[in-house]
Order: sequence, then structure tokens, then C-alpha cells
Amino acid sequence: MESTGIIRIEASSGPAHRDVISKVVERSGTDIRRCFHCQSCGGGCPVSQAMAYRPNGVIRLLQLGRVREALQSSDIWYCIGCNTCSMACPQAIDIAAFMDVMRQMALEEGVPPAEPDILAFHREVVGSIHKYGRTHKLEIMMRYKLRQLDMFSDLDLGLKMLAKRKLDLLPSKITDPGIMKRIFETCKVNNRGGGR
Amino acid sequence: MAAVAEALEFSYFPGCSLATSAKENNRSLLKVCQKLGFSLVELEDWNCCGSSSTHSINSELAFHFACRNLSLAPAGRPLLVACPSCMLRLRQAQLHLQEDGEAQRGYERMWGRSVDSNLDIIHFFELLDNGFGAASNPEFQTALNGLRFAPYYGCMLTRPPAMRHEKQYHGLMEKILCSFGAESLVWGHPSRCCGTFLSVAKPAVVTPMVNQIIQGAVDVKADCIITACAMCHLNLEIRCSLKTQLPIFHFSEILSIALGMGIKKSWLKRHLVDPLPLLKAKGFLSHNY
Repeated sequence: MESTGIIRIEASSGPAHRDVISKVVERSGTDIRRCFHCQSCGGGCPVSQAMAYRPNGVIRLLQLGRVREALQSSDIWYCIGCNTCSMACPQAIDIAAFMDVMRQMALEEGVPPAEPDILAFHREVVGSIHKYGRTHKLEIMMRYKLRQLDMFSDLDLGLKMLAKRKLDLLPSKITDPGIMKRIFETCKVNNRGGGR
Repeated sequence: MAAVAEALEFSYFPGCSLATSAKENNRSLLKVCQKLGFSLVELEDWNCCGSSSTHSINSELAFHFACRNLSLAPAGRPLLVACPSCMLRLRQAQLHLQEDGEAQRGYERMWGRSVDSNLDIIHFFELLDNGFGAASNPEFQTALNGLRFAPYYGCMLTRPPAMRHEKQYHGLMEKILCSFGAESLVWGHPSRCCGTFLSVAKPAVVTPMVNQIIQGAVDVKADCIITACAMCHLNLEIRCSLKTQLPIFHFSEILSIALGMGIKKSWLKRHLVDPLPLLKAKGFLSHNY
């Protein structure tokens, strides 16, 4: 993944800043310029309590040319892509698709993620798909917890899930994991979905 | 009892949740399909649809994961999907392929076959559409008598703007289960997101979300919540910190009871919130469960 240089454009409302918005619109396939800040998105968002700006606020930051702040916000990581906002938006802006693009741009630009643990979880899931072609939940949890140096917070729950056979010890996998490697190579990403 | 989907044979995409953590969902669904005369052939060598995590950090990767599954689907058979999240990923990829010539050519290069424009991707609910119910079979009309349930679809069956012309499934669980004598409750959270992956990284954020959902069902005096989504099922079971916890059932488990096949002990054992007391009280346990 190559840097697109977008975060060098700061607090300007000139042509360069409009380029950033155009890029976001093109990649997300949704026109955030239509937002008139009615805040329906944040009103229905199940995680807005954890957000600093809420969905329309992130769009506003871009409109004001404050690209770095938008990319550094925790909001883009808390978004779970549940599409509640996308359904509620009277301007039919696919806000969840916009949030995908914001996260991906933050990664491409090397902006430190505001919520590294959420990113770490995503990396584990993608890593599991790379390895097995499917997700192996037990391994994802163990690796995630190890990485966070937090083996105890959900230990009771993990044991309960194991006892209830909700977590398989062995992965379910596809016959030829080489196929997954081919996909990752095509996308030019490493085995955790990150830049090489 | 008319089950009205036209095809009788389907390719079946279970997805990672049904294949592992929600096996009880998978087994009850297969049993119900068998009873209704549908033949499900598991999509050979299917891979993960990419889940929420992949499209969160790389759209291209997510698209290819979904495409590989589409490329495995044999022609002439609809692809049946059980998990709402997988359904969304696969349908979005298909729509993208239909609209974007460049994506189509990439698919052909990658998978060595052309895009099957006739491939129907359907959700399990569609098998039960068009008037399926107990109406034509008096024997089952009281099968679920006395069960007060909160129908819970979760968020993945909602449709983002690109999918606004797609089918809408809300109301189906109510219509079907009420025909078997159950009582559906009107409540505030049938499509509320369960928190999905944040359940692992941010349990402190997800617990209030889940509590709000369960409390909503408790407030309308529901006996249980019936879910359309295996991911939601898990989150509702593991992240509720309320004193009163409600049993959470997969729709397919309740359908199995409705159709006179009962509910299996091996499914119930996999529930973290014990549903046995409720099932006993309602007389839903058959002798050989």
C-alpha cells in the first residue's frame, strides 16, 4: 500500500482539501458532500457513546480540512459497520462504507490507530483467514489476549465457552491454504492484512 | 404445510459461526430443511466471507474472499446462506461484480471462470417465504402455544443504500412463529446491533448494548429472545450482566419445535443461558429430546 499523502493537507479549504474529499467519495462510492448534519446517524448509532465526534462529526472534520484529526479519531475504529446510520441517513450516505475508507486511509498513511486493540483484533481475524481460509475463534482469542498481555479478563468466559463446546480446539480449514496466500499477494498485503 | 421456495436443491454456505461456535444453529437448520424437503449440499471448500474485520481494514481483500466463494458455486443451484453477516458480504460482492466491468475481469483472471450472473444468493428466510406456516396443517397450529418471544434480527439484515432494492426480511419470524401459536411481542430493539467484534476488544462498550437489548425484552415480559443471527446469539449470551437473563434461541431451533421435531439435548447443552427451565415449563420438551 502506498501513501497517498493526504494527511499533509491540513486545515485548508482550497483545491487540495477538495481532492481529499473527492478521493474519499471515489473509494467509498458514497457522496459525503451530501451530509447536512442532521445527526440522524449518531442518534441511532449503538456505539456513539464511545465516540468523540460521532459519524457526522467525522464528515465535518473532513469538510473543514481537518483530515488528520479525522484519521486520528477513535470514532473510525469504534464503528462496527452495523449500517444503522447508513439506513437512517436521509441523504442516503453509506456512512459505514465511508468509515471503512477512513480506517483504511489511516492505515495507509501510517496514522497511529486511536484504538490499537480493535485493530489488533481485526489483524488476528485476517491472520486466521490467511492461515486456514476460515476463522479459528479459539486461536484468535488466545493470540489476541497474548498480544494485549491480558490473559485473565475473560478467562472465566473462555473456560465456560470451552466447556459448552462453543470454541473448537482444532480449526476448520479449507483444503489448500495456498489459495488464500494468492489472494493476499494479489492485494499486496502481508498475512495480517497490513502493508508489506 | 406449504414451503414455497421453487428450487429443492441448494448449495449451502454455513459460514464460520455455524460451522463452529453455533453448531446448534447449523444442525437445527439442516433438520428443518430436511423436514421441508429441501436438499442442501454444502458449498465445497468454502472459505470465510471475511467477516466484519476484513472489510474494516482492506476492502479489496474482503471482496476477493467473497468472490472465491461465489466462484465455487455450481451453476443452476441457488446459494443458500444461513448467516446474515455472510449474506451481506456475499451479496455486496455480487452486486459489485454486476456493476463493475473491471472487477468482473479481475474475477475471471483470478478464478478462471466467468461471473455467473444467474447465481441466486438467498437467505434461509427465503425458503420460508410466501406463506409458509402452520395454516394448512392443524396439527401444528398450537405447537408453540404460550411462548411469548421478542423477535431479534440484529443489524446485518439491514440494507445499506447500495442494497436498498434487496429483499426485506423483517416480520417473517413473527408471521411464521405466530402461525404456530406463539405470541410475538412489539419491542424496541429487533434490529439493534449486538456489538459484534467489539465484544472481544471492548467488552465494556458491548455489555451496556447487550443489557439494553435484553432489558427491552424483559420489559415486554418476553419468555425468550429468538435470533436470526448466530453472532448475535453468542453476544447476547456472553455479554449480558443483568440479574435477569433470558434464554436466547436460534430461529431454526424454535422452528424444529414448531414442526414437531422437538429440540435436541445436544443443542441445548451448547447454550450459555440455560433454556431448559423455560422449555420444561412450556411443555416443549419431547420425551426423547
